[in-house]
Amino acid sequence: MLIIDKLTRSFGGLTAVSNVSMQINKGELVGIIGPNGAGKTTLFNLLTGVYEPSSGTIKLELNGEEVNIGGLKPYNVTKAGLARTFQNIRLFKDLTVLDNVRIAMHQNVQYKLPSSFFRFNNFYQEEDKLLEEAEQLLDIFKMSHKKNELAKNLPYGEQRHLEIVRALATKPAVLLLDEPAAGMNPFETEELTNTIKWIREEFDLTVLLIEHDMSLVMEICERIFVLDYGMLIASGTPAEIRTNKRVIEAYLGEDVSNA
Amino acid sequence: MRVLSKKNIMILAGLILTFAIVYALRNFGILTSFHEITIAMVCINIILGVSLNLITGFTGQLSLGHAGFMAIGAYVCALINMELNSTFGFILGVLAGAIIAALVGVLIGIPTLRLKGDYLAIATLGMAEIIRVIFLNLEITNGAAGLNGIPRYTNWFWLFFFTVTTVVLISNFINSSHGRACISIREDEIAAESMGINTTQYKVIAFAIGAFFAGIAGALYSSYFYFLRPEIFGFLKSIDILIIVVLGGLGSITGSVIAGILIAVLTAALQSFAALRMIIYALLLIIIMLFRPQGIMGTKEITDLLNFSKRE
Amino acid sequence: MDQFLQQMVNGLSLGSIYALIALGYTMVYGIIKLINFAHGDIYMIGAYIGFAATTYVHLGFFPALILSMIVCAILGMIIERVAYKPLRNSSRITVLITAIGVSLLLEYSMMFFVGAEVRSYPKVLTNHLFHFGGVRVNMQQIYILVTAVALMILLQYIVTKTKTGKAMRAVSIDKDAAQLMGIRVDKTISITFAIGSAFAGAAGVLVGIYYNSIDPLMGMMPGLKAFVAAVFGGIGSIPGAMIGGLAIGIMETLVAGYGNSMYRDAAVFAFLILILILKPSGLLGKNEREKV
Repeated sequence: MLIIDKLTRSFGGLTAVSNVSMQINKGELVGIIGPNGAGKTTLFNLLTGVYEPSSGTIKLELNGEEVNIGGLKPYNVTKAGLARTFQNIRLFKDLTVLDNVRIAMHQNVQYKLPSSFFRFNNFYQEEDKLLEEAEQLLDIFKMSHKKNELAKNLPYGEQRHLEIVRALATKPAVLLLDEPAAGMNPFETEELTNTIKWIREEFDLTVLLIEHDMSLVMEICERIFVLDYGMLIASGTPAEIRTNKRVIEAYLGEDVSNA
Repeated sequence: MRVLSKKNIMILAGLILTFAIVYALRNFGILTSFHEITIAMVCINIILGVSLNLITGFTGQLSLGHAGFMAIGAYVCALINMELNSTFGFILGVLAGAIIAALVGVLIGIPTLRLKGDYLAIATLGMAEIIRVIFLNLEITNGAAGLNGIPRYTNWFWLFFFTVTTVVLISNFINSSHGRACISIREDEIAAESMGINTTQYKVIAFAIGAFFAGIAGALYSSYFYFLRPEIFGFLKSIDILIIVVLGGLGSITGSVIAGILIAVLTAALQSFAALRMIIYALLLIIIMLFRPQGIMGTKEITDLLNFSKRE
Repeated sequence: MDQFLQQMVNGLSLGSIYALIALGYTMVYGIIKLINFAHGDIYMIGAYIGFAATTYVHLGFFPALILSMIVCAILGMIIERVAYKPLRNSSRITVLITAIGVSLLLEYSMMFFVGAEVRSYPKVLTNHLFHFGGVRVNMQQIYILVTAVALMILLQYIVTKTKTGKAMRAVSIDKDAAQLMGIRVDKTISITFAIGSAFAGAAGVLVGIYYNSIDPLMGMMPGLKAFVAAVFGGIGSIPGAMIGGLAIGIMETLVAGYGNSMYRDAAVFAFLILILILKPSGLLGKNEREKV
């Protein structure tokens, strides 16, 4: 599904992501962990086109076709079928919940610019379809009663949820979640865990998530990649990662073996 | 037919009434030429304000060069109309002026719209200055002396027609998926890109549409006042337009309409006190920014306030 | 060749005035990320104060220069306190529009009180001409160059060697961190405005003497051009502003001397757009990226 090959990105003298290769299969739920500054978010930014890779390739396999998405603009990456959420929530704060979702659906809107001025018939057809789909999606997440509220007025947990809904509205094949549980209490995290499991089935997704909350990662991820200083230092099932010596070292410091 | 909704019929009725009242007042000779100039400026201000609002208020791209596009519309229309002295020539001039302004908008927009905030503001300011200097030096525009004896075809009908058309078309655009794409850029450019929106393309589109209507405003202006000089379209004119947008509310069409009227009336009232007028403008800008940065309307529209059942 | 050198001398004189104004832009931008549109008008006020001091009080060049710098410094601090400080946490577009408002207010208040007519400076410096080969340098140009260079050295000293300078640099890098380190951020910003405005005031007096004519709208164009200079040098960078100012001055004189003087202003703006597109961080500026 997603094949990352020898991906490297440096900023000046600092190599934030160094020679990372990973392969993610269709339908998998994969976690990326690592200490602060390990290059996790940079990796996401490379995958989603916010940064261009210094070297290496990113390939997305979809319906038997292979697209090289490394270095594409973010909107083209999204078109190719990869959507994301942001670590520091980036909703369209002063717009309604409904508009947040409808904007994410824009790339699939069929009518052209002239129709937006003169409202030809296809304008109404398409706008009705858009509205219906957006409401359906909000319904699934039990948010349709809040569709006319401004995004900034939602409680924190719901804002995080809306980020996921908005990403889903782009109809992705691969969903990238950047610390979805950040700032949530254990109860909210629990709820989120269930949601993530459930949307993977419901929307037939491949999910890649960065998370600090180990309980969440260990519970739902089938495979885990561990980054440290921009390098991939381990990968495997949660059980393997839990006992991996290099991972423990990376998290607790070099001296752990001598302690 | 959704075009014939209750709301639209009420709006249409209001428009016809407005048109008829002004038309009647004019024909009965109640309006002096001073009133008429003010009415013309109201319409031109509304077109300018609404079109700049699309760029700055809705798409979030601060432009300090709107007068440049107005200048293009004004000169192109005047030159065509002077050659082709007929209503057809006038309409041709208006459209040609608007289209050329839009093309220049695209041409300038593609490189400059990559810039953010303050840098874009200065680049657009510079661009408008360049346009002005070009008109100042071209032979066909008669340099600093400008054009005189431009035939007058702008009348209440055309002013009203183009003002309503501008407001309707731009509000339609804002309430479409393409318009929402523009608004998402104002809200968060990075998030918008990640939601599949080609932000550069939509910024250029908004810029070109804004330029198109500014061109229309310029054309109406030139055909109303008989003469054109490059200095009319200086930095201060761009600021004038920005004041309309800011006073009305960045992101409110209704606000720009209200502010367009207010500023035209204020300008007329203070006509003989030029320096005082500018001091009032300046204080107005500062006071709005300090105490009510959202302007008169914020991002609200009249339709939100009258609580019409909003089409959703 | 002589003509070229002559243009260079004229360009350097004009350029050092731009550089003085550009310094204020760059310092203020560096510290609060604001294009202080009113900066060009402080320069205009400086010119008027110099005019009043020399015409009515019959002060000499240096006392007039210093008086103008002090008044402008105070004015700059007042403007910051009244108009910009309350907007410290507002969006940048809000502050920018406020700055435009302040600029208009200064211009038209001045026009209201002193009239729109152009005034000419009295002769405070002798018109002595020096000849270097075929190149003529007059007394005013020497005064401009010497004053500008002296002020720039003074500024460089303040910024790099004094505690205030250190505070200014700290606030410009990270306001919150500087606050936590016990730096009085508001005071530092105030001082930055004072210094920048004083420099603009000095530039105003110098330009009054050089061109011998001043009017209430004189600050608009040089203000914008000085901003171009600051961007060219790399906004936020003090040496950048100096280099940028000189470069713009020379460029402008060359365009006027060899090309069409009507296109002088357009050339400066075309140049600005080019820099912004090709190297928006300028000659010596740092590239900043938004964190995602």
